[in-house]
Amino acid sequence: MATTIWVWVAAFFTLAILSFLYKDNPFYRIAESVYVGSSAAYMLLFLWSFDVKPKMIDAWVKGSTTDRLILIIPITLSIFMLMRFIPKLRWISRWAIAFTVGMGAGLGVAGLLQGFVVPQIKGTIVPLWIANNFKQTINNWIIVLGTLTTISYFFFSRKHTGVFGKFSRTGVMFIMIAFGATFGFTIMARVSLLIGRLYFLLHDWLGLI
Amino acid sequence: MGLFPFIFALIVGLTGPRNVKVLDKPNDDGSAVIIEWDSASVTPAVKMISIYKIPEEMWGHGSIKVVDLLSRNTFRYVDTQVKPGKRYYYYVRFWGEGDYIDSKIVGPVVPKAEWFHKERLPMLVVLLIYGGLLAYFLKRIRKGEEVYIRPIAGLQAIDDAVGRSTEMGQPVLFILGLGYINDIATLAALSILQRVAKKTAEYESELIVPCFDPVVMTAAQEMVRSGCFEAGRPDLYNQKKVFFLTNDQFGYAAGVDGIMMRERPGAIFLMGLFFAESLILAETGHSVGAIQISGTTSITQLPFFIAATDYTLIGEEMYAASAYLSKDLHQLSTIKAEDMMKGIILATITIGVVLETILTLLGKPIPNYIKQFLEGGLWK
Repeated sequence: MATTIWVWVAAFFTLAILSFLYKDNPFYRIAESVYVGSSAAYMLLFLWSFDVKPKMIDAWVKGSTTDRLILIIPITLSIFMLMRFIPKLRWISRWAIAFTVGMGAGLGVAGLLQGFVVPQIKGTIVPLWIANNFKQTINNWIIVLGTLTTISYFFFSRKHTGVFGKFSRTGVMFIMIAFGATFGFTIMARVSLLIGRLYFLLHDWLGLI
Repeated sequence: MGLFPFIFALIVGLTGPRNVKVLDKPNDDGSAVIIEWDSASVTPAVKMISIYKIPEEMWGHGSIKVVDLLSRNTFRYVDTQVKPGKRYYYYVRFWGEGDYIDSKIVGPVVPKAEWFHKERLPMLVVLLIYGGLLAYFLKRIRKGEEVYIRPIAGLQAIDDAVGRSTEMGQPVLFILGLGYINDIATLAALSILQRVAKKTAEYESELIVPCFDPVVMTAAQEMVRSGCFEAGRPDLYNQKKVFFLTNDQFGYAAGVDGIMMRERPGAIFLMGLFFAESLILAETGHSVGAIQISGTTSITQLPFFIAATDYTLIGEEMYAASAYLSKDLHQLSTIKAEDMMKGIILATITIGVVLETILTLLGKPIPNYIKQFLEGGLWK
């Protein structure tokens, strides 16, 4: 059995969190409060140490004139955001939000196109017949049919009836098969996390294995 | 190189790098140079490879080692420690067992910044087509054209879920996930939040929104506020109910689980970006008997939501939610333009596949221009 106090503390919190599987109880509430509070406090210190101080204060103090000119933009937006605390000037904070949202959406669209849409189209353009390679031929048929029918499911301005309806329903089947595979794969990863915790309790804490 | 290592290298069969080429890396900001050498010159006697650089101002005063000990299977290296507009010379060194042999000094190469990334031209074309379609459909819809949007079960159930929660006298819990304000899924979730806030205000029900990110919290407060205004009940807006919980993934999950157990919401919305905490949240929501509507673009988490919640918005259904719920003309035109874009994508894939199949059957090395276009290869 472990003699280090922090192993006992970690074991207590592990068991307290796991006790939620039975029902909500005071031990879980203690663990939850400590976890939420300490993680929020950690985040505050993290933001100060790795964002505000090095990227704003130090960069302003040590930076060149050009650096400072560039810094004026984020500093101004940060001040705008803080205007939320002054009721009469609260509306100014929306500018900062609008800037962030617009930038995020713009970058997101380009990123999605470049990272997902175009590579997906490219990856789907495969031959439907490969001589002397039946497995690859079947694989290519699955890729092409799966992609085309799945895209058709995401048509919103057209009724999913008739031939198109059958096509899109085939897409739903492909989606569900993919989700089933993903489900199993992710569960395997989760089980390994559980094994890690159980190993900690049985090995590090109790020393049974 | 000294005379002794050279003679020794010749004795053990070590030959120098041949056809060493240096060229400016295309489609970049002028911060990289490519160094290539002939793979045939890497004989079995070569054990390791190093690269040396001579900036123009150092000419005649030695060299800088760019990289030490590259594997013998390497025939190309990209030096990213260069400045645009400066001239550089390079040579490659092959190492044998304790001896070495250098290539000729090659260069100069002057890294240049390009205005356009030619390989990204397909993206520009796609964006231009999409922009054109958007303008076209907006014009048509403004002229009064009706737009049909197919029913999306998850969105139709929103009003029922809020209504049920109100009848039970329990609050509505809206979970925005772990996304940040620049994630498109979070933006879509915020627009759904506005609709839910409007409904809860109409029904005078309580809405709780625990947030993972402070900036998202700020935006969420604005959405809830505007939802209450739209419902004509600004007095029901309670800023304290849209609050920051924690920025830690499982801390957030633990906190939200606690809220579910204590507040016992009648309806739970899980909208946005979710990761490993998705099933923890959805299962706890299920255990308190709440009606749950989920939506995310995280492909790995969708199966959990489908299994554990009552309704799920799959991927793009979330993006369509905003237009579906608001019936705003601008947003409806985006749905039409997106559908047309998907039609173009389907056509492109179909034509590309047919071409690829014919070319494979014919066995002729004719390029598939559609594929080349997508790879940005038509302009190389």
